[in-house]
Amino acid sequence: MNLNFNSPLFEVIRDEKKCVKCKLCVVQCSNKVHLYDEKKDIFKVDDMKCVNCHRCAVLCPTKALVIKKYPLEYRENAMWTDSTIKEIYKQSQTGGVLLSSMGNPNPFPVYWDKMLLNASQVTNPSIDPLREPMETKVMIGRKPEKLEFDSKGKLTTKMYPQVELSVPVMFAAMSYGAISKNAHEALARAADDLGICYNTGEGGLNKDFYKYGKNTVVQVASGRFGVHKEYLNAGVAIEIKIGQGAKPGIGGHLPGRKVGEDVSYTRMIPAGSDAISPALHHDIYSIEDLRQLIFSLKEVTRYEKPIFVKIAAVHNAAAIASGAVRAGSDAIVVDGFRGGTGAAPTRVRDNVGIPIELALASIDQRLREEGIRNQVSLLISGSVRNSADIVKAIALGADAVCIGTAALIALGCHMCRTCVAGKCNWGIATQDPELVKRLDPEVMYKRLVNLVSAWNHEIQELLGGMGINAVDSLRGNRLMLAGIDLNEKELKILGIKYAGE
Amino acid sequence: MLKEGEFRIPSGCAISGIIDKKGKRFSGEEIIKSIALMHERSNGLGGGFAAYGIYPQYKELYAFHIFYDNLSVKSQVEDFLTKHFEIESAGNIPTKSVPNIKDQPLIWRYFVSPKIYMSKEEVMDEDEFTSRRVIRINTEYKGAYVLSSGKNMGAFKGVGYPEDIGEFFMLDRYEAYMWTAHGRFPTNTPGWWGGAHPFTMLNWSVVHNGEISSYDANRRFVEMFGYKCTLQTDTEVITYLFDLLVRKHKMPLEKALKAVAAPFWDDIERESKEVQNELKSIRTVYASALINGPFSIVLGCAKGMIALNDRIKLRSLVAAEKGDRTYIASEESAIKIICDNPDKIWSPKGGEAVIALLEGGNNEPKF
Repeated sequence: MNLNFNSPLFEVIRDEKKCVKCKLCVVQCSNKVHLYDEKKDIFKVDDMKCVNCHRCAVLCPTKALVIKKYPLEYRENAMWTDSTIKEIYKQSQTGGVLLSSMGNPNPFPVYWDKMLLNASQVTNPSIDPLREPMETKVMIGRKPEKLEFDSKGKLTTKMYPQVELSVPVMFAAMSYGAISKNAHEALARAADDLGICYNTGEGGLNKDFYKYGKNTVVQVASGRFGVHKEYLNAGVAIEIKIGQGAKPGIGGHLPGRKVGEDVSYTRMIPAGSDAISPALHHDIYSIEDLRQLIFSLKEVTRYEKPIFVKIAAVHNAAAIASGAVRAGSDAIVVDGFRGGTGAAPTRVRDNVGIPIELALASIDQRLREEGIRNQVSLLISGSVRNSADIVKAIALGADAVCIGTAALIALGCHMCRTCVAGKCNWGIATQDPELVKRLDPEVMYKRLVNLVSAWNHEIQELLGGMGINAVDSLRGNRLMLAGIDLNEKELKILGIKYAGE
Repeated sequence: MLKEGEFRIPSGCAISGIIDKKGKRFSGEEIIKSIALMHERSNGLGGGFAAYGIYPQYKELYAFHIFYDNLSVKSQVEDFLTKHFEIESAGNIPTKSVPNIKDQPLIWRYFVSPKIYMSKEEVMDEDEFTSRRVIRINTEYKGAYVLSSGKNMGAFKGVGYPEDIGEFFMLDRYEAYMWTAHGRFPTNTPGWWGGAHPFTMLNWSVVHNGEISSYDANRRFVEMFGYKCTLQTDTEVITYLFDLLVRKHKMPLEKALKAVAAPFWDDIERESKEVQNELKSIRTVYASALINGPFSIVLGCAKGMIALNDRIKLRSLVAAEKGDRTYIASEESAIKIICDNPDKIWSPKGGEAVIALLEGGNNEPKF
């Protein structure tokens, strides 16, 4: 007998007085939570199936629906919490590895919130971005150690290729497969409109999106899905994905139910098959192998595109980053332990890796100690929530940030963290054509443009307040940060002083 | 209270500079008069001068001006100097007692040349050898501070109003072809002589008015190239930036200026393809060398004087020309008091440098 000990996570409450029986909730819920009994003219609800995605509640014309935490509680126990118990029920029932979606939700410290920004008062004036130029453009790519000029003062150094970002933001790697074609289109069009880049993730590039090439970073991951010469040359940069913050040490997971015809064609894998990337690149067993892959990719793109190396923030991230720079990587992308994912083993997501703020601070410092920080770009991702996080990341030493979760939220994601099921009611993390249709790229790309433009205004405001009129002067400018509620060790790693010190 | 260098002190200031482009030397009287007029811009907590061309008899030797807190550190530093340099001449710098100037350190001057075998062993030129030794003295010998280390030039500075410091060092008795001066308005009172300006490194000297908001970005950039910012002052990091760009990276001066006061991206877009490419490259490679926030600086070197404002002109800076001379000051009045009828007087635009170099005959001396 397959006894299910688990109780629902959420309770759906319908206000009968408000409900006009339009049945929109029934139509909208891909999880089949809402059922309408024609004979009795009543609604039935299956709380067990509810993931709390808010689709029904948000769309309900009379706001008759509310979703709450299921009130059934276990006897209070600080050690054996509800989720601990429920996970054991689940695993003892199925014998499976627990899977989760989106980033680590546990209450680890959020260092962004423990750093405060500086502003000018009297001794140096703030700069008003409404009245003065305020520059947020950044150049991503390898820089020569120095520039050389001939005797007539003419520049003789040939520059390495750079990716120009009008705002120090990119959309993080999210594969076609994990997210829908329409979501990809919204990201690509927004990147084009904003003068930034989006990242294909490891699922290849749909033929329809080659036209957004100048705003595309193509990814090469261990599964090599959809990788071919044309693909490698399609974007402005190539990212080698070594690791991902949500699941350091293992490869990507795409459940077979999300591999439809088009995903199958783009990824060059059979439809319906699970796309499980190997935990490592089978041609990279050491740093010198990484160098070979970097240069193979440079060869195939005639040295016209920077090669990024993306790593997860792990304990010795600083040494790994340094190695990657020396192996020829033009930009390092570091993804923190809160980084999102479509699907990751829960235990890996929740226990492996370190906070991005600490990893970023130590990598930037290490590269400076080695005198190579200036030769490479440093990007971070994994939990950048707003413009203040971006400003803090740059002050710690990042050139730019990548946003994944925040971008999806702009597209309508309600953080139900059930991407792995492939039934996303918002048309984002699904391949079901009926659901995908719900995300209109034409409407949604503008939301992304709005979000990044709004953040850019805020970045400018914060920069101006510090008396800075180019984001270049914020990079690594750690005097602009002060710590709060941090211990000596944390301050030391972050390289900042305590507030008031 | 912590000494300068152990924390960061913002300060406002007055600056002034005069050069005779034919290399004709003149006494320090005029520069004192100019900086004294701007008395209200300083608060008696720091004043100083840099003078170029004052030691023609020793022009091949590095002139070290050193402050000592006590005799014991003096003997330690002298041991260090003897080990690494040939000392041609040593003695204290003559001063005269001035009522407002007190608590002066021991002030010594040495004319030295690097021990050739050592600089050869370390495979570096004399300048690099010397600058590294200066950084070592300033970081490793507590109570000693090298305030200048160039050739045929020297810095004179201390705690007090600049006109009093000038009198204290009897600058009216020195003759230089170029003078720069600084009056300081720090926001607190560490009262340390080494903290006064100008700041120098080899032949570079910087006097500066403003508080740069890019300080830590600039500091962490230059420190990648072996510099150590021990004073935590803007002038120190600006000096190192120029030393790095012009001396170490051999950038033409006008290109280095495009790095520290970079043109806006929008303005770059309007240039011709070639210029665009060059400016873009400079901004891309030297993004961290951009000096941001309000500043006006006068940069001195053996070749001459360069004055520069931040790119949106958040600090006052006036320039004038008369005959062979170029004048720079925070205020027009500070020029008019010593040059009542200039041929030309103007307020340089933000980011646009005033470059006044010695004319020929000088065998193209190094910066």
